[in-house]
Amino acid sequence: MPDITIGQAGIYAILGYAIVFIGLIALMLVITLLGKLFTRKKEEKAPVPDAEVAAPAPVAAPGTAGQLKLYNVDPKTAAMLMAIVADKMGKPINELRFLSIKEVAE
Amino acid sequence: MNIGEILLKLWNNSGFAYIIAQFGEGGWQNFVMILIGCVLLYLAIVKKFEPLLLCGIAFGCILTNLPGAGLYNQELWTNFMTEGHPAYHSYGTILKEGGLLDFFYIGVKTSIYPCLIFMGVGAMTDFGPLLSNPKSLLLGAAAQLGVFVAFFAARASGMFTALEAAAIGIIGGADGPTAIFLTTKLAPHLLGAIAVAAYSYMALIPMIQPPFMKLLTTPEQRKIKMEQTRTVSKTEKIIFPILVALFVSLLIPDTAPLIGCLMLGNLLKETGVTERLSDTVQNALMNIVTILLSTSVGATMVGSNFLTGQTLLIIVLGVVAFILSTCGGLLGGVVMCKLTKGKVNPLIGSAGVSAVPMAARVANKEGQKANPSNFLLMHAMGPNVAGVIGSAIAAGFLLLVFGG
Repeated sequence: MPDITIGQAGIYAILGYAIVFIGLIALMLVITLLGKLFTRKKEEKAPVPDAEVAAPAPVAAPGTAGQLKLYNVDPKTAAMLMAIVADKMGKPINELRFLSIKEVAE
Repeated sequence: MNIGEILLKLWNNSGFAYIIAQFGEGGWQNFVMILIGCVLLYLAIVKKFEPLLLCGIAFGCILTNLPGAGLYNQELWTNFMTEGHPAYHSYGTILKEGGLLDFFYIGVKTSIYPCLIFMGVGAMTDFGPLLSNPKSLLLGAAAQLGVFVAFFAARASGMFTALEAAAIGIIGGADGPTAIFLTTKLAPHLLGAIAVAAYSYMALIPMIQPPFMKLLTTPEQRKIKMEQTRTVSKTEKIIFPILVALFVSLLIPDTAPLIGCLMLGNLLKETGVTERLSDTVQNALMNIVTILLSTSVGATMVGSNFLTGQTLLIIVLGVVAFILSTCGGLLGGVVMCKLTKGKVNPLIGSAGVSAVPMAARVANKEGQKANPSNFLLMHAMGPNVAGVIGSAIAAGFLLLVFGG
């Protein structure tokens, strides 16, 4: 390929940037459609909420004198989460008070 | 032969004698390159600049510049690339006459190493954040700005051909394997400079990006807490790599080697039935290829090739490309922030410059500086992995236009 002029380089640059956008926008649309399809399928499969079925009772975390309530979270994961929070906040874990830990499902 | 003659012969055959005898005619270049190799080793070991890659690159640089060792023979590769030469595209000649690093370099020349690295990256990447928020792809696209501006600037400087400019531009993609893949195809003689620039700037992301993050966003924008994204099902995660490999490769076939390997690696991770393969790709294979790739890239840093004004300009253009890509992503983030009425923290746009996961970590850190209870990491991972796909598309486009 013969070398290009500065003007052509400018055109290629704009075209290239536009192609990246077009490619990723098209991919975004495909992924969005895929996501919607799966969300709809999930909603269809989900059982009708039964009024008689109560939400799972919280479990008291061991070693906390019953203060920390765990909802669908095992004690190991809870310990790990508390350690991460303490680390991120830069405070000793014994200075923090955790009331409850709950897995947020979709 | 008496002892004196043996010692004289030993001296005459030594690299020391070569450097002294040829000092004025190129020997100094070997000497300087060995020093540069040592500086790179210092940066890798002491300053921890991408040590996994920079160690190999630096040592390859030292080995290739040892006079008389014949580990890497640049003239063989020049002949390999010269149309009409008897050794044109002859791997047989390389295998017959080459040194150890020439054999290693065959993996770069054939693009095997960058593609295998991409497979490892795919096996280590969780595309969940991208799937739960597909709009992240727009930020990955916006952050390719530096690629094309640097390409234009390199060509406009008059010091580089269009092919060389395209290879320099891809530094802005902040994606080492992609940069190596494209440079090997378009401007193999610039491989050493471009790879060193790309990996050095990737290591410097925590220093390069924050000033521009503060410049282009307001304190209020940086404080924005983003909502939790939806949970992505396992089936979606399995379908995603197949879909992307098909879609992107059909759109720009030149990206197929990179995207194909990236998505194969990811599929191995997500299927749940190929754990052994996923483990091998993520660890053993990745480590072996990293050693071979880094050493052979370092081997291309031959003094006569590297110590030029072009290398300095590549270093400058590389940092410009990096900064502009960061700015492109951030501006994309600011636009998204305005369009969503403050639901998107624009800092995550800066993570659109591939460099997984370093760029996402920097976005998270800056977000926490503005608001300590802000956790942007998972939100930033979306644009981050989108940047990998975006830079592969950019490379595919440049290869399509200039690859012949």
